[in-house]
Amino acid sequence: VTARFAAPTTLDAAVSLLLADPAARAVAGGTDLVVAARQGRRPLPESIVAINRIMELSTTQTREDGSLVVGALTSHALLAAAPEGARGWTALADAAAIVGSPATRATGTLGGNLMNASPAAETTAPLVAFDAMARLVGPDGRRRDVPVGALASAPGRTVAEPAELLTEVAIPAVGASTGSAYIRLEFRRAMEIAIVGAAALVVLSSREPDASIVSARIALTAVAPTIVRARTAEDAVAGQRTDPDVFRAAGAAAARDAKPIDDLRASADYRRAMLEVVVGRALAVAALRARGASVAIPASRWVAGGGL
Amino acid sequence: MAELLELTVDGVQLATTLADPGRTLLRVLRDDLGRTGTKEGCDDSECGACMVLVDGRPVNSCSYLALQAAGRSIRTVEGLAGSNGELAPLQRAFLEGGGIQCGFCTPGMLMSATALLEADADPSEEAIRDALAGNLCRCTGYQPIIRAVQRAAAELRGEPTAASRPTSAV
Repeated sequence: VTARFAAPTTLDAAVSLLLADPAARAVAGGTDLVVAARQGRRPLPESIVAINRIMELSTTQTREDGSLVVGALTSHALLAAAPEGARGWTALADAAAIVGSPATRATGTLGGNLMNASPAAETTAPLVAFDAMARLVGPDGRRRDVPVGALASAPGRTVAEPAELLTEVAIPAVGASTGSAYIRLEFRRAMEIAIVGAAALVVLSSREPDASIVSARIALTAVAPTIVRARTAEDAVAGQRTDPDVFRAAGAAAARDAKPIDDLRASADYRRAMLEVVVGRALAVAALRARGASVAIPASRWVAGGGL
Repeated sequence: MAELLELTVDGVQLATTLADPGRTLLRVLRDDLGRTGTKEGCDDSECGACMVLVDGRPVNSCSYLALQAAGRSIRTVEGLAGSNGELAPLQRAFLEGGGIQCGFCTPGMLMSATALLEADADPSEEAIRDALAGNLCRCTGYQPIIRAVQRAAAELRGEPTAASRPTSAV
């Protein structure tokens, strides 16, 4: 049972509260926390520090070097409405647009999704593919930057100290002829959790039809205890043509980067088999976008509708 | 420690004391404030029967801490009709078009549809389906609900609707 509740309006106050009360846990939107308590997965914290009124965690800005800094309290609904010119980062919008339902997206936050550390977290794979950095701020203003891919240490666990808060995520600028996409295998269109997902960031040599793939970064959802890079698949596409067979072969290679399990949503074998398809599609859509083609957000729906 | 919660529900400023700070907005609305128009379905964010608007955005009130709504404006199905009891265009369209059968999902459907129409006066069928994707209905098969939203949207845009258009002689 929750005995204590605080709703600080500054980052400093929130960190102080977390430091002073070892039982305190930070809550942003609460969309997973309250449901988890009801389902008996874990009780509500004895002490809640609601951080949803800390305005300094809600801002998004583009830095001079072209990188994008997204505040931890940014809602999925905002992320899904990708701004014009943000084509290189479209995978994040693809992912945010398929989280839960409209209500989940209006309330749930990027920071909450990352710190919840689910192996099926939707927004993590795109950020891992972007090489994004998460900023953790602790007592006395101490801050450290952690690669988003290293934030989760196990399902439901992060490397953050109890009195550290995720404040923002910095996404490096992408160059020309670069595109990204996130594809999820789903059984239904709302309140779904990834069976398997893949984010791909593809850099092409040019926007011409004969362009080759300079490099790709790929991250996988729901096939390991945390979101993982698919380096075997990345190596398989580097230097290759943007050909469906190349994408498919890379997808097959991704199985070597995955350690899927059997659970109530799918078997490990099924996940491994579908990884080939999902990774192949993420690469194909990312390459299309890198060429300048407009592929509707979320890419999963565009592909399911026969887009590829 | 008991916490004081002040919020606005359907335009009325209300205050209540929470003995349990972990109490959800749904419990406060129904049990503490007696506003039972908002329904408890799955109590798990799956069905959308508990949908309310918090500062205009759709929220599953069963999975939202009441204290996070402090100072905010909550709108429920009970505030849709006019003060004289006249139904809102959406409510009328649901009633007249068979978008209601048992009625249990209706408060949530109406609130999700309200949020949609306030953001998009002329939504495509796809947009309506997306907006209602977090609301389950086990009676209607959804088609009459989609049509009701389309009809209410047309009426709110000032276009003639099936009900107001003169019927042609057959």
